[in-house]
Amino acid sequence: MIPTIPQNPLIRIAYGAYVALFFVYLALPLTVVAVFAFNDSQFPSLPWEGFTLGWFFGSERPMIGVFHEDPILRAIGTSVIIGLAVSTLSVAVGTTNAFLFNRYQFRGRSLLYVLMLLPLVIPGIVLGISILVFSSTMANAAWEAAEIDIQALRPGLLLVILGQFSFVTTIATLVIAARLQKFDRTLEEAALNLGATRLTAVRTITLPYLAPAMIGAFVVSFLMSFENFNTTLMLVGSDSPLTIAMFDRLKLGSTPLLNAVSLLLMLGSSLLALVMIAFQRKP
Amino acid sequence: MRAGQKLGLILLLTPLLLWLSLLIIIPHIDLFLLSLRERVGVRQYETGLANYTTILTEPLYMITFARTAMMSILATLLTLLIAFPVSYYIAKMARGRARSVLFLMCLVPFWVSELVRTFGWMILLRESGVISGLLQWAGLAAGPVEMLYNDAAMMVGLVYTSMLFMVVPLVTTLDSLDDAVIEAGYDLGGSGPSILREIVIPHAMPGIVSGSIVVFMLSLGNYLTPTMLGGKDSLWFTQMIYSQFIVRFNWELGAAFGFMLLILSSLIVWAVLRLTGQTLEKTMG
Repeated sequence: MIPTIPQNPLIRIAYGAYVALFFVYLALPLTVVAVFAFNDSQFPSLPWEGFTLGWFFGSERPMIGVFHEDPILRAIGTSVIIGLAVSTLSVAVGTTNAFLFNRYQFRGRSLLYVLMLLPLVIPGIVLGISILVFSSTMANAAWEAAEIDIQALRPGLLLVILGQFSFVTTIATLVIAARLQKFDRTLEEAALNLGATRLTAVRTITLPYLAPAMIGAFVVSFLMSFENFNTTLMLVGSDSPLTIAMFDRLKLGSTPLLNAVSLLLMLGSSLLALVMIAFQRKP
Repeated sequence: MRAGQKLGLILLLTPLLLWLSLLIIIPHIDLFLLSLRERVGVRQYETGLANYTTILTEPLYMITFARTAMMSILATLLTLLIAFPVSYYIAKMARGRARSVLFLMCLVPFWVSELVRTFGWMILLRESGVISGLLQWAGLAAGPVEMLYNDAAMMVGLVYTSMLFMVVPLVTTLDSLDDAVIEAGYDLGGSGPSILREIVIPHAMPGIVSGSIVVFMLSLGNYLTPTMLGGKDSLWFTQMIYSQFIVRFNWELGAAFGFMLLILSSLIVWAVLRLTGQTLEKTMG
């Protein structure tokens, strides 16, 4: 069934209707989350009690808005710190990985490539517990050997960052490697011929060419880190990032405050997506 | 130059090896060793398979294990069935601007956290929710209808959450199928269904495989959707891992659970790759 081949119009209409229905299904949950952020009620549900911005700006009980709710603001801060750390690390290691697999032939290369892909097929929660177990083995060993209590190896910020980094790096590597593959190596050779050292050639020719992919990988890594739930759940300490903080509240029962936070998240991630698309468009 | 190359190789290998060994390989070995440890007294441990025999002999664990696997396979099949016509429409029927807009619309929901998506389904499906309200308003239901906390709600959530990971690979592979090939199929007397079976599906196979693997993995490892949308009886394997680690503090048993989940997922991924003649490098890289 393609447009150039005539088709029974009935089938064509039914097909179109199915696709339309699919997009309704996609949009429905996000739409209700967004709409109920403005409901003047204690619960994000019908009946509609009237429009309010209180769940964003309200400062008095019972309607404390996002911008006055300190635990949520702190959780957003934590998520941003984790996200920046994870994306910086992932893009750095992703770039070196991309160069390694693109430029070098060595023994064990294909084995390492498969190992590099592996984090994609390990369930997030298993990644989380394995890092949790290993870090506490290390912490216990340090305690037994020298009575040193290494707090950093207990559940908390560092472990969350490492846990997310462990699988986000694979994605960053794939994004950057895809662009490096298309790079015309004669450009680098030309730079070498013109007297540049290897490092200068890479710095002035290859890296600028890779920049859109690196920025793309950074944004994708940041979003993945910001959204991550499974791995984070197992490694989180006392300072929860946003997804965990929201989950804890959702378990207790929801107020439209969560809708307001969710709407802000949607706006934030759409904005990031637009930034990324703008960068990709640049030649 | 030779020495320089060697130095470069070592410098580039270091981060890769540090990452893979310290965060992936050694932690998983440690997890496995922990799962082999059994507690016989206070701070006294023995090595053995006790944790695994506990899992194998306790019906609740095995039922949950099998249920999680079956439901994940079902979620994968449903996602594929729902996504395929839509992906085909985007790749082959839509043209120009409409096409990129539709594709982008598929991506948008997934820029938002899974938690927000699940929350949306809770607002829709719960007793005081939007759908229940609409049904009452339309006179189709006498009182509030509870649609949350059952397997169907959980399935809706699972399919929704992983839709993107099916649509993107499908659109990519279907896009590379030349229209002329389909036209040739018609010219040679093929009908819609036979062309779908003989030309379109074989061509889309790499996309179907990689999409299915990712969706299966995501469903199997999902914690949020079964917890928030599933009922009291729809226990998910990840919930058992969580409760052993965080609630009961029985890490040895939890590690064994984790390892079983890992083995199950690797087995199914391996089997799918084998059956379809694909490799991990080709489908993922």
